[in-house]
Amino acid sequence: MKQMLLGAFASLMLSGAALAEEMKLAVTTSFHNSGLAEVLLPEIKADLDLDLQLLVVGTGQAIRLGEAGDVDAILVHSQRAEEKFLAGGYGSHRREIMYNDFVFVGPGSDEAGIQEAKDAAAALQSIAEVGAPFVSRGDDSGTHKKELSLWAAANLDPQGFGAWYRAVGAGMGAALNTAAGMEAYIIADRASWLNFGNKGNLKLLFAGDPVLFNQYAYLPVSSDKHPHVKTELAQQLEAWLTSDKARDLINGYQIEGEALFVFNAQQ
Amino acid sequence: MADLLDGMVRAFWLLVTLDRDLVEITLRSLQVTLTALAIAALIALPLAALLSVRRFRLRRVTIAVLNALMGLPPVVVGLIVYVFLSRSGPLGVLGLLFTPTAMIIAQVIIIVPLIASIAHQSLRELWSDYHDLLISMNATQSQRIKALLWDGRRALLTAALAGFGRAIGEVGAIMVVGGNIDHATRVLTTAIALETGKGDFAMALGLGFVLIALAIAVNLAIHWLGHTESEGRW
Repeated sequence: MKQMLLGAFASLMLSGAALAEEMKLAVTTSFHNSGLAEVLLPEIKADLDLDLQLLVVGTGQAIRLGEAGDVDAILVHSQRAEEKFLAGGYGSHRREIMYNDFVFVGPGSDEAGIQEAKDAAAALQSIAEVGAPFVSRGDDSGTHKKELSLWAAANLDPQGFGAWYRAVGAGMGAALNTAAGMEAYIIADRASWLNFGNKGNLKLLFAGDPVLFNQYAYLPVSSDKHPHVKTELAQQLEAWLTSDKARDLINGYQIEGEALFVFNAQQ
Repeated sequence: MADLLDGMVRAFWLLVTLDRDLVEITLRSLQVTLTALAIAALIALPLAALLSVRRFRLRRVTIAVLNALMGLPPVVVGLIVYVFLSRSGPLGVLGLLFTPTAMIIAQVIIIVPLIASIAHQSLRELWSDYHDLLISMNATQSQRIKALLWDGRRALLTAALAGFGRAIGEVGAIMVVGGNIDHATRVLTTAIALETGKGDFAMALGLGFVLIALAIAVNLAIHWLGHTESEGRW
């Protein structure tokens, strides 16, 4: 018995790596929280015999990982940061895949009255006017950058905000937990919101302004900068992500009867 | 409160049905932490014995530094290991970032000071008992170290278990260097962080209970293997 137990320990330590081809893709928390990955990964594995390893991080860190050559490609949603990434020569090109949208979530009582706001800028202005608690991601992610650009569009600067503006420096899920606990307003992507399990008193209050659309793009890491990246696998994956099959899977993905993503890759 | 109950129910079902993902991440947790523990013990225990039997100039400083490093924040260790192992870091060519090996390296760094400090405390006392005897027998330094390590094995087991406890429950460092990749580097603690992020507290708590049960099981197994705490053997 004792030998068996020790043998089990030993084999546990020696047991090694998987065999199918592997590549690493940095994706954003909002993409991963949507649950779409769980639909796509098994299909990718079946079609390409590719073990796609997802690193779930904010857009800021995803781009850092790509710049350092620690991943083979990134799938992110912050166009300005993506263009900077390309200008630095870190990525070979940028391919738009799909988009979803951001929504304004807040307490059911809606003290700032953003349900009646005519656009996103007006909604933010009324939150700032009332000084209602507002949770910001504050982690340099794509969602955070989007939020900052929305404040800028509303002619407001978060630097000068009072204590009601709370930058938590955390991922989408953790930020939603915080907002639920404080009954605060927050900007989230629709997918994370629908999949979120701890909604509490929070409700979806405002959505639909075209500025809230959120474009996801796929950027393979340049093999000029980092010769070790798996360019060929990254190309195969790109071809798959822009295929008719991916289109049907992405457009057909629903949570609670709502479609989340719109496929818009140029085929 | 309802979450806590849900969590217990969820943990129960995960265990009873031997959920495949659960088994996988549990085995990986064990693999990473036990490997780290074995390596750390190989470094820390001889170091502790050496610090007890040998007087050298930087001994005090070494001991003080080891004691201070017991409180090393795991996330800082993770970040340092990350910078070294990143493709643009000095050890980037090895391609170790986001592998279980990277997680093992980080955990070794975290628990070596802890194991060495605790082991040194008990070996030092043992040495004060053995000092005259071993010197009068004219034992060589390596013989002294061996004698101390063997006769102090019960206390050293405690030191090792403390290291195990710190490593198995650690999340900051392995999240940074492992990346929490499904089917590659996801372990119990990073899975708990992930489920918390999704707002699925019941699942997170369920995994937490599994982690606690695992820690207890490993401790019991080690005591049983070492015959400690059994009659006439202490």
